[in-house]
Amino acid sequence: MSATGDELKGYRGRARARLAELGVRVWSRVKLTNDAGSVFEGVILPRSETFDDLHIVIKMVNGYNVGVHVDRVTEVEELGWKEAVYKIPEKEFPVRPNLPKVTLLGTGGTIASRLDYRTGAVIPAFTPGELYGAVPELADICNLTTRKLFGVFSENMARDNYIALALAIGEEIAAGVDGIVIGHGTDTMGHTAAVLSFMVQDSPVPIVLVGSQRSSDRPSSDAALNLIHAVRTAAYGDIAEVMIAMFGPTSDRYGLLHRGTRCRKMHSSYRSTFRTVGDIPLATVSRDSFTYLSKDYRRRDKSRQVRVDPVYDERTTILYYYPGMHPDLVDALVEKGYHGIVIAGTGLGHVNKPLYPALKRAIEQGVHVVMAVQTLWGYAQMYVYDTGRDLLDIGIVPLDNMLPETALMKLSWVLAHTRDHAEVARMMTTPIAHEITPREPHNGYLIMQGGLPEIEEWIKTHWK
Amino acid sequence: MEPRLDYAEAGLIVGLEVHQQLLTAHKMFCRCPARRYTTTHDGEVLRHMRPTLSELGEYDGTALMEFKTKKNIIYLLNESNVCTYEMDDTPPFLVNQEAVDIAIEQCLMLGCDIVDEVHIARKQYLDGSIPTGFQRTAIVGVNGRLPFAGRTLSIIQVSVEEDSCREVSDEGHLIVWRTDRLGMPLIETVTGPDLHTPDEVAAAILLIGRVCRSTGHVRVGIGASRQDVNVSVRGGHRVEIKGVPKAGWAPGLVHGEAWRQLNLLKLRAELHRRGFTEPGSIAVSHTDVTDLFVASEQPFVRREGWERFVAEGKRRPGLELGNGPFRVWAARLHRLAGTLSWPTQPDHFFASELAGRIRVIAGLDQRPILLHSEKWPDHRGALAELRKVRQRLGCEADDAVVVVWGPEDDVNTAVNEVQLRYEDAVRGVPAETRQPFPDGSTDFERILPGPDRMYPDTDSPPTRVTRDRVERLLAGLAEPPWVREARYAAAGVPGAVSHYLIRRGGANLVDRLVAETGADLRFTCFFVGEKLKYLRRCSVAVETISYEHWRELFQLFTTNPVLAEAWAQIVRLMAASPLASVASLLAEEGLGAAPPAWTERIEPLVEALGAGGYSTEHGAKVRLAMGGLMAELRGRVPAGEVRAAIEAALGGAR
Ligand SMILES: [Zn+2]
Repeated sequence: MSATGDELKGYRGRARARLAELGVRVWSRVKLTNDAGSVFEGVILPRSETFDDLHIVIKMVNGYNVGVHVDRVTEVEELGWKEAVYKIPEKEFPVRPNLPKVTLLGTGGTIASRLDYRTGAVIPAFTPGELYGAVPELADICNLTTRKLFGVFSENMARDNYIALALAIGEEIAAGVDGIVIGHGTDTMGHTAAVLSFMVQDSPVPIVLVGSQRSSDRPSSDAALNLIHAVRTAAYGDIAEVMIAMFGPTSDRYGLLHRGTRCRKMHSSYRSTFRTVGDIPLATVSRDSFTYLSKDYRRRDKSRQVRVDPVYDERTTILYYYPGMHPDLVDALVEKGYHGIVIAGTGLGHVNKPLYPALKRAIEQGVHVVMAVQTLWGYAQMYVYDTGRDLLDIGIVPLDNMLPETALMKLSWVLAHTRDHAEVARMMTTPIAHEITPREPHNGYLIMQGGLPEIEEWIKTHWK
Repeated sequence: MEPRLDYAEAGLIVGLEVHQQLLTAHKMFCRCPARRYTTTHDGEVLRHMRPTLSELGEYDGTALMEFKTKKNIIYLLNESNVCTYEMDDTPPFLVNQEAVDIAIEQCLMLGCDIVDEVHIARKQYLDGSIPTGFQRTAIVGVNGRLPFAGRTLSIIQVSVEEDSCREVSDEGHLIVWRTDRLGMPLIETVTGPDLHTPDEVAAAILLIGRVCRSTGHVRVGIGASRQDVNVSVRGGHRVEIKGVPKAGWAPGLVHGEAWRQLNLLKLRAELHRRGFTEPGSIAVSHTDVTDLFVASEQPFVRREGWERFVAEGKRRPGLELGNGPFRVWAARLHRLAGTLSWPTQPDHFFASELAGRIRVIAGLDQRPILLHSEKWPDHRGALAELRKVRQRLGCEADDAVVVVWGPEDDVNTAVNEVQLRYEDAVRGVPAETRQPFPDGSTDFERILPGPDRMYPDTDSPPTRVTRDRVERLLAGLAEPPWVREARYAAAGVPGAVSHYLIRRGGANLVDRLVAETGADLRFTCFFVGEKLKYLRRCSVAVETISYEHWRELFQLFTTNPVLAEAWAQIVRLMAASPLASVASLLAEEGLGAAPPAWTERIEPLVEALGAGGYSTEHGAKVRLAMGGLMAELRGRVPAGEVRAAIEAALGGAR
């Protein structure tokens, strides 16, 4: 390699010039002396591009990193050079013919990984061999096959990824797997679970999305346990639906299986972030057992024929209503050629009066407008108040208790089938995967409030 | 210290890692209050630690050991002192810059070079003491030096880091931690391996303590400073004695560890003599002997005894209790007879090295943890039991035997640990972290982690430390303790008082009072260092008194010296009403002003003394009269004046 480009990775401006001048590069093992006579012995690390151009980062022999200001460097002795190799050693995943076959589809979220101690880089473990090295328990559950479909962060998932994923699921089912696990970043896992619920119908086997809230390079990570739960669910669970398997409590205890259309990430960082909204979760899963909480689910049946319908119209959006919203927002969406708008309305599904004419114009121009509620729990019941009735008259379609994100995913899928107003309305209001439920059980809405004596009593006696 | 030891000949080398909590309002990576300790909790979390694969695709030795222990970890939460950060359910907030400032200040006191850009690293701990599984830590200073006993004590580095949880209990497979202390900022000062005798170690701990406390920006009190003492002898290995709470413990611990290492080296020589030159040459075989002990008089090796132990300790399956049915296993140590009673620490033997590993790694903690052929119980029938065990194992005369009991999975781990510990003995001194006890002994805590457990914290950006910031902190820096000690000594303050003032933070109060009120330095040192210490011991809440009130008191001492004679009474009043001004308290009590016509009371008193005929001796009469009057007049009339008035009256009466 020549002393250009990657050899000074991440170093810009002054730091880059100084390194070149000193004749050392990234991965050089050096003895660096500064103007106070302090000696730093260690390896020069790549620098993040977002950091300043004034410091050289050294990983010292004792494992710590320090940044040395370029102007204070008086002497550097290169002791050696060795590039870090980001490779996970593979151990062959044992084949046990009597165990179920599970395929893990990779989308880019890292479920298992290895840490590079020199840089702190997290190297994803993905092939069965790599996964076996990181989570050996998997070999006791199933015969695992993996397929890396793409490598994107979950916020970058979009139409093409959804379609590719649905097609891959169809292929795996056709190949006869006993269950499918999808490794996914948690941020938009709910969106993907929802859209797959429409694109892949009548699956004979479980389809389980899984991720982690604490990355797997940490000893306290939830990744391994989540993966074990998901693989168990795919291999042995009785629910042949699209599900999310993530921590139930924040303690290492059990996972919850959430229905793909009714699940939402509710905390930016908690382990137990996913919650079923407006219903109860389908089941709990632990290392060695399932507890089915719901009786109303589609059972595993390998004779059932899957229907894969992978279409998606990207010209859709969610308008999160707020008091004082100006109608020109709606006009702009129409002007930009949007086909469908999900309004996350207040209360039972309301927006302010100045918006009515704009919404009316939008619908007249063929834009499909549907109403979900920003309260997340509860139904859009627009017939209750005059304001709601006016909106119904305009032609806005209420979606009962469909979650706003699920509504967006479904609208995108529906609009790729038809743009006929009545047909769109019919498809949107006809549930496919419990995205609308006819009744809400009283325990489908439970947000416990801390501080109340009875809740505090309960928290004291249960692991969080 | 017994047994005697020539430390120079042994090649004793000791270095320190001194931990000192910083005096900040908040924790290091979240906005929780620092040092609000609680004894109750309102929530619990159950977790496990899983080792992460290291660079070579292998698990770090410590990590693997700690995974083997299969510990269930419970964290106790109290909402008044922890948030979701401490639970590892929220990423860190940006590092507390107050803590970084104080850490820089500490580094400057320790003579360090401040690093230009502070990078936060993660240091893995799988014992559960930190819920993330790692401690966030960053080097702030390097390359420091302190004057020490006529030479230099080198400071390799100073890091600022978050404190860990406090252990509540550790039983079987369950360890319980309280999270209140977790996340408090502290600094770790690492010295060079410059210390060569046990007494030097204690002196160095005290010196670093005085340096840190000179700034007045560190915490004092129980647990606010703790040290890890790294000990090795020539041919031995660095062993870390962790969490030594007091300097006074260090000499005994260092001596004991030096002795232990020398004995382990002698054991290695003996093992080599017997032909065990490679770890692989150690042979330990085992067999189930549960049935041989069903009627044993040693209760713990019988199933009922074990079940009683489990019931009494309320040990729960899946938490404290290991997996599998109760089993007694015997291990045959081929050709190792005599090694179990090999001396290690003073009054300890090699069998306790095995017991330590078994307790920690296998989670078998029922005393005596193991039985062995070189100290077999001598009650009726016991020797017959040993004979049967030896027979079952097929032992030869030169074999040794160890017996362990408990859940099957754990006895399996235990027997394996016996093998591993002997393999270590063939190599010499294993790299361990050991837990100290007040009697100077230590016990195994964990395998010493290597530098492989450190990696960058991707959650936290680095902090640039500008030269301006360093200059600003340097300008406001307190005097180093050796300079202050010299200044106090010149004013006639004894070394013990100076040390106390610096160690407990009183020196800053002294210097400020002297500077701002013109008080006498020696008087102020004795006042803060001795008199207040006395009141604190009498449980007077001296620490509730604000600086403003101390200053007012010293100003009053200067303008009205008679008040100094009533210091104890006044300080008690101030502590009882910390919000009131000193002047108002004095006015209320009538202190500082002589009562009208006080001299008129002397004549009758002196006459009464004469008439009462208690004593005719002059000095005794004066004392009696003084005693009676000063109770009333202290702080109002100078004692000298009262005495003179009494003397005068007595003279008149004579
Ligand atoms: Zn906090």
